Amino acid sequence: MRALDLKLVRDLRRIWAQGLAIALVLACGVGILVVSTGAQLTLTESRDAYYERQRFADVFATATRVPRTLVPEIERIDGVAQVETRIASYVVLDMPGMLEPAMGRLISLPEAGPPLINMPILRSGRLPDPLRADEIAVTEPFAEAHSLLPGDGFTAILDGQLRRLTVTGLMLSPEFIYTMGPGTLIPDDRRFGILWMGQDGAAAAFDMDGAFNEVVLRLTPGASEDAVIAALDILLEPYGGTGAYGRDGQISHAFLQSELDQLAAIAVVMPPVFLLVAAFLVNMVLGRLIALERQQIGLLKAVGYTTNAVAIHYLKLSAGIGVGGVLIGWAIGAWGAAGMAGLYQDFFRFPYLVYVPSPAAFAASGALGIAAVVIGALRAVRSSVRLSPAVAMSPPAPPKYGRGIVDRLAGPLRLRQTTMMILRSIVRWPGRSVVTLFGVTASVAVLVGSLFTFDAMDEMVDDFFYNANRAQMTVMLSDPRSRGIIEDARALPGVLEVEGHASVPVRLSHGSREQTLRLEGQSGDARLIRVLDPDGRAIHVPPEGIALPATLAREFGLGLGDLVSVELLTPPRETHLLPVTALTRQSMGQDAHMDEAALFRLMRQVPQVNRLNLMVDEAELPALYAQLKQTPAVSGVMLWDETRAQFQEEIQRNLATSVTIFAILGILITFGVVYNAARIQLAERAHELASLRVLGFGKGEVAYVLVGELMLLALAAVPLGWLAGYGFAALIATGLSTEFVSIPLVVSRGTFALATMIVLSAALVSALIVKRRLDRIEIVTALKQKE
Amino acid sequence: MTAARPVFRTIGVTKVYGEGSAAVHALRGVDLDLNEGEMVVLLGASGSGKSTLLNILGALDTPTAGSVFFRDRELTRASDRELTAFRRDHVGFVFQFYNLVPSLTARENVALVTEIARAPMSPAEALERVGLGHRMDHFPAEMSGGEQQRVAIARAIAKRPDVLLCDEPTGALDSKTGVTVLEALEAVNRELGTATAIITHNAGIRRIAHRVIVIADGRIAHIDENAERIAPAEVQW
Ligand SMILES: Nc1ncnc2c1ncn2[C@@H]1O[C@H](COP(=O)(O)OP(=O)(O)OP(=O)(O)O)[C@@H](O)[C@H]1O
Ligand SMILES: [Mg+2]
Repeated sequence: MRALDLKLVRDLRRIWAQGLAIALVLACGVGILVVSTGAQLTLTESRDAYYERQRFADVFATATRVPRTLVPEIERIDGVAQVETRIASYVVLDMPGMLEPAMGRLISLPEAGPPLINMPILRSGRLPDPLRADEIAVTEPFAEAHSLLPGDGFTAILDGQLRRLTVTGLMLSPEFIYTMGPGTLIPDDRRFGILWMGQDGAAAAFDMDGAFNEVVLRLTPGASEDAVIAALDILLEPYGGTGAYGRDGQISHAFLQSELDQLAAIAVVMPPVFLLVAAFLVNMVLGRLIALERQQIGLLKAVGYTTNAVAIHYLKLSAGIGVGGVLIGWAIGAWGAAGMAGLYQDFFRFPYLVYVPSPAAFAASGALGIAAVVIGALRAVRSSVRLSPAVAMSPPAPPKYGRGIVDRLAGPLRLRQTTMMILRSIVRWPGRSVVTLFGVTASVAVLVGSLFTFDAMDEMVDDFFYNANRAQMTVMLSDPRSRGIIEDARALPGVLEVEGHASVPVRLSHGSREQTLRLEGQSGDARLIRVLDPDGRAIHVPPEGIALPATLAREFGLGLGDLVSVELLTPPRETHLLPVTALTRQSMGQDAHMDEAALFRLMRQVPQVNRLNLMVDEAELPALYAQLKQTPAVSGVMLWDETRAQFQEEIQRNLATSVTIFAILGILITFGVVYNAARIQLAERAHELASLRVLGFGKGEVAYVLVGELMLLALAAVPLGWLAGYGFAALIATGLSTEFVSIPLVVSRGTFALATMIVLSAALVSALIVKRRLDRIEIVTALKQKE
Repeated sequence: MTAARPVFRTIGVTKVYGEGSAAVHALRGVDLDLNEGEMVVLLGASGSGKSTLLNILGALDTPTAGSVFFRDRELTRASDRELTAFRRDHVGFVFQFYNLVPSLTARENVALVTEIARAPMSPAEALERVGLGHRMDHFPAEMSGGEQQRVAIARAIAKRPDVLLCDEPTGALDSKTGVTVLEALEAVNRELGTATAIITHNAGIRRIAHRVIVIADGRIAHIDENAERIAPAEVQW
């Protein structure tokens, strides 16, 4: 090995602790990049393969009742490759061992054989006999939640009739990778499942002989989805079509997509922070190492090494740290990506996950990691290596201190001399102080920016479950009914309060933007379901115009008073221009609101209801459930307390893991920064600190000079970290917000406090580790080393 | 003038660095008394053990064997904390390289000590005593070597120590500057009665002391008493 390389290896060994501290920070950035892109790729590839093999549909549409004779016309639409129709409906299920009713989405199978579009995968058992109306296949997760095996059975209410159904098979479907019941936001496999039944049985049960109410299409390559949707809408309009939509509007696909978008956002937002901090650290450590080696650099150049050779020597040193960091990051990344994939199986049901250890992610993160440290090293290397050998070989001038702001503080504050040493040192080495300040700021920011998601969740739960929705139970009706049903519902056992609600699907458009959503009617006296203004206060929507979620309005570029085009997707299928008269706040789901009377005036109908919201006497719940399970008009029941409990449980389950991960990230940055700063200080000031010991200062008092300076900088960084963290939280909130969920930007004092505590403790511990070294320094030895 | 009572007494002090074949015997059994108000000069060849002895007296280092008494207290039995307190309250050090804190001005370097001492003089008074009343607000980097050394002396005497231990205080200075430093030390010894030990390689300095202790090879070779002392200005450099 060449002498210079030997020196490289020895140098690396000598600064291993500092190098490791930097490498770990770097590893975080690399690891996050690998995990998020790896998970992204795994999900994308698995999804695409699944879609392709199981022929996932391109366009979906729902109507009230369409004669089968329309099928040839749909097939003739330009760009349509394949058409499949089916009968689908929500049904109430009476599951063994469950007091409350569960819900299912029943979907018919083709007359013979399995579906050709959205082909389910049979996991066990067989498809139901197309001729038998009492056989069904169910989704595998639902079966697992109820320990159902082929041959088991349960009861369902099909169009008002209690029917005993036998499970013949368990299936997975590309349509239901993410299975979510209406009105909820996370999968609940116990309360919601998909049921497949032979076409004849379904047609009989729902009185759909020779008709269908759902159609799915596959398009020819290059076909225009928009054109097909428009044509399909025209065909279905007379039959109660509620607006066709592409994959974007399909719940399972859209949720999966939003998860992918979130991963992409994380991959973009988080790693740069870590790479930047690592670059600064390398700059700091290498800068000081090179400063110490000035004479050696001069010597190397004097004996004939070129400037470049010397520069490359030091760049290699930083690259060594970089390689270490990248390798650790890759290990974390590979392990984390596999862990993530496992986590996804909880939410997304794939028959198989195509785990792709993205070589691109590894390569890119590796290159970025090495680049970060090399760029960090460049500046330090360049300035020192340029010196002429003669200048480099003479010792650097002693540090010059000057009078300034610190002196003006000293008098009035009666500062101790050791405090003066701290302040002067900060002012004397502003660059180094800034690196420490910046690093600690970054850790506080990372923590605030990640921990805030729990505040956001809290606020979402508060908004959704307490402020906006105060009902205990929502009963979905299979068809819109006249308001008389409210009185009928009041007569049910245990019902204390009933409110009827109506909503219609609409398509909003403004400029080039278009979105399908529900338009909810709000009656003047509604108490159970409330509309919130952007500040979270309950409001009554104005008697005219439409109220839109503020986030949606912003996306559409709409303000109060602007006109928006609203296409009713139910009869009479008219389009109206309505003024936006109020903005609302809704973090889960995105609904438009309108005064109920105005809505029905617009529809030229007498007011109807399609949902009942109830307050009930808990003691009478069993009786009520029993009754609901047998009421034909009911297509589903949502139990809000249970949904909330499940939602919160889900959050709690993630909380511990996430807080731990983020705390580790914050601690690593803090440690990397503070430990390195302390080590550098110690090396440079050992002589000065030892002479304090000579003067009779105790170990604690001497350590105060070192630890005090770092803690002062850390403290100063905290408010900056709060500010930066808030900005970071804003970025994350935007990145994590999707079509379904808009993450509110709320950061609680608890989050600020927790972030501060974690970072300050980590800073203190890092400084104390170095203090132990300081304590062990022998005074005489330290005094002998002349700087 | 030799007072009877010793400030320091060492009995059989030895110091061994390292172990086995690499062991270096820096001190090989030193018995020495240093009296109240006395000024001694320690002479000896390089490596003879002068600094080691001084560092042990000042509790910067501990002997391998033997005992050191400061008045009635046995330093060799004291804890780390007690030794720190001992240095703080009783000893002033002056080194060849001045060991000033570069980030503090002359006055602040002295204040560094007066803030933690029991009955110190003011930093201004200490600096006046070494003739630096006019340079109090300068940083070390803005002063000459002699001036820096006098700041170090001012810092060492500001707490009114019982002993002043100086390791080659004039080693880095030319003769003219060296004289000002010696004059400062002599004045402190005379006016405050601080027992003072000065290590030097300059044999000319020996004549300003009450006693001269010659060390060779880790032992006291001999001790001379000066019948007649000379003033620092008369030292043949
Ligand atoms: N930390 C140490 N480790 C090993 N040996 C040491 C150490 N410190 C001093 N020595 C050795 O102890 C002996 C005495 O050293 P000391 O510094 O006391 O000499 P000195 O008389 O002050 O010399 P000088 O006049 O050169 O300053 C020397 O041989 C020296 O090499
Ligand atoms: Mg010496």
